[in-house]
Amino acid sequence: MSRASFRSVTGAIWWRTIHNFLFNPALLVPSVVFPLFFFAAFAGGLSSVSKVPNFDFPTGYTAFQFVFVILQSAAFGGVFTGFSIARDFESGFGQRWLLSAPKRGAIVVGYMCAALTRAAITWTLLTAIALIAGLKIDGSGVDLFGLYALGLIVNMAASLWATGVALRIRSIQGGPAMQIPVFLVLFLAPVYVPLNLLEGWIHSVAKLNPATAFLEAGRGFISGDPTSVLLAFGLAIALVALFSLWARGGLRSAESAS
Amino acid sequence: MNVPVATQISQVARRSALRTLRQPAQIIPSLVFPLMLLAINASGLQRVTQLPGFPTKSFVTFALAIPFLQGALFGVINAGTDMARDIETGFLNRLALTPLRGSALLVGLLTGSLILGLVQAVAFLIVGAAVGAHFAAGVPGLLVLISLSMLITLGFGALGLVVALRTGSGEAVQGMFPVFFVFLFLSSMSLPRNLIQTDWFRTVATYNPVSYLIEGIRSLLVTGWDGEALALGFGIAAAIAVIALTLASVSLKTRLVRT
Repeated sequence: MSRASFRSVTGAIWWRTIHNFLFNPALLVPSVVFPLFFFAAFAGGLSSVSKVPNFDFPTGYTAFQFVFVILQSAAFGGVFTGFSIARDFESGFGQRWLLSAPKRGAIVVGYMCAALTRAAITWTLLTAIALIAGLKIDGSGVDLFGLYALGLIVNMAASLWATGVALRIRSIQGGPAMQIPVFLVLFLAPVYVPLNLLEGWIHSVAKLNPATAFLEAGRGFISGDPTSVLLAFGLAIALVALFSLWARGGLRSAESAS
Repeated sequence: MNVPVATQISQVARRSALRTLRQPAQIIPSLVFPLMLLAINASGLQRVTQLPGFPTKSFVTFALAIPFLQGALFGVINAGTDMARDIETGFLNRLALTPLRGSALLVGLLTGSLILGLVQAVAFLIVGAAVGAHFAAGVPGLLVLISLSMLITLGFGALGLVVALRTGSGEAVQGMFPVFFVFLFLSSMSLPRNLIQTDWFRTVATYNPVSYLIEGIRSLLVTGWDGEALALGFGIAAAIAVIALTLASVSLKTRLVRT
């Protein structure tokens, strides 16, 4: 088995998934429109939240929510790729990948590359629209690179999580099992106001939630005042490592079932 | 042999109700998802009550109106998906061979959604009371609230039927969910309209009929008896129901001619 065949399997899966994504409106529209819509609803509809006493984010509420939407689209880009895997296995296409790939890890890597590409497409559009809508960025180019790099690692972690579920269930009916935990982790973080303004049970949960570190680091990057950077990247990389094992277990499960 | 319309409706309604009640996959998400969002939003946005002019000190009371609309959105999916399944399996074609009237079929089919709507409304009120929401209009207000909620569910369920009858596809009905969700998010769901700072958003929310449905329900929880909010809420809900039922009736005729 050569490196070339690993690359060709990865490339084939990446191309097929991206081609389906770009040419199937049912896949393209939710991935692209939903983040834009969340951005409009949160940054537009809730902008007076920045007037709450002790709300301190000088870069503005649009930037505050932009970071959330970047990370949310990163995570959901990974989840939607899990849907593609589930659909492929439900239709029998995934089993054909298993038969034809000399090294099956290439299948997972191919889907992950597709997830990263999907996220990059969504971010390009989102960033352009946010800038037109008046997004203020106080961070430098390096800070912005940090924000997108963090998003890419979150995307990888979410992809590996969804891959593990999809390869175990091998049906689109497993969609809620991929989606709901990610949704909960994202929304049980300081989405609308900073952590210090949360009260009660959600403050306790948010303090322990890794997504809080991602959001605080991302908001630090965009405001040019990096905070919790090591913690956020450390947690994101740890999640990638953990979910790599989870995805590998899923691959074993799919292999033994086929 | 002529079967009375009431009997026709009751037969279809019985089937619709049983089909809904036998599917936990329809009932559970429509209860759990709105309550989950209520818990998250009510906690995350509690500080918003400190904004000058916010109408209550309890964000959970303010936000309790939202699950009723989210529950009604599930009514779109449930009614539409059930109808689409009947089309896909050929059941509607077989019904077309019977003397069943179109109106009886539509009303009967919506019974499942209405039963689910009632279960949801009662559950949301019980959970709301348990987490400390206030009911400014008292017990009579709760009955009015449930009536408005059922009217909204009827209208939204009929919209689900329209989509199903026009497309004949359950997937298309499911695909409409995000579209309806957009209407919900671009409304006065999270803040009163006078506190929405962004001009374009406030304009969209003002023209969005969903804002008035939410404000009708919310008035009973936060303000008490607000004639204008209730008239707008009931008026818009009734208009949606009438338009959607008319469209569903036309679509049913077209669908039956097509088959």
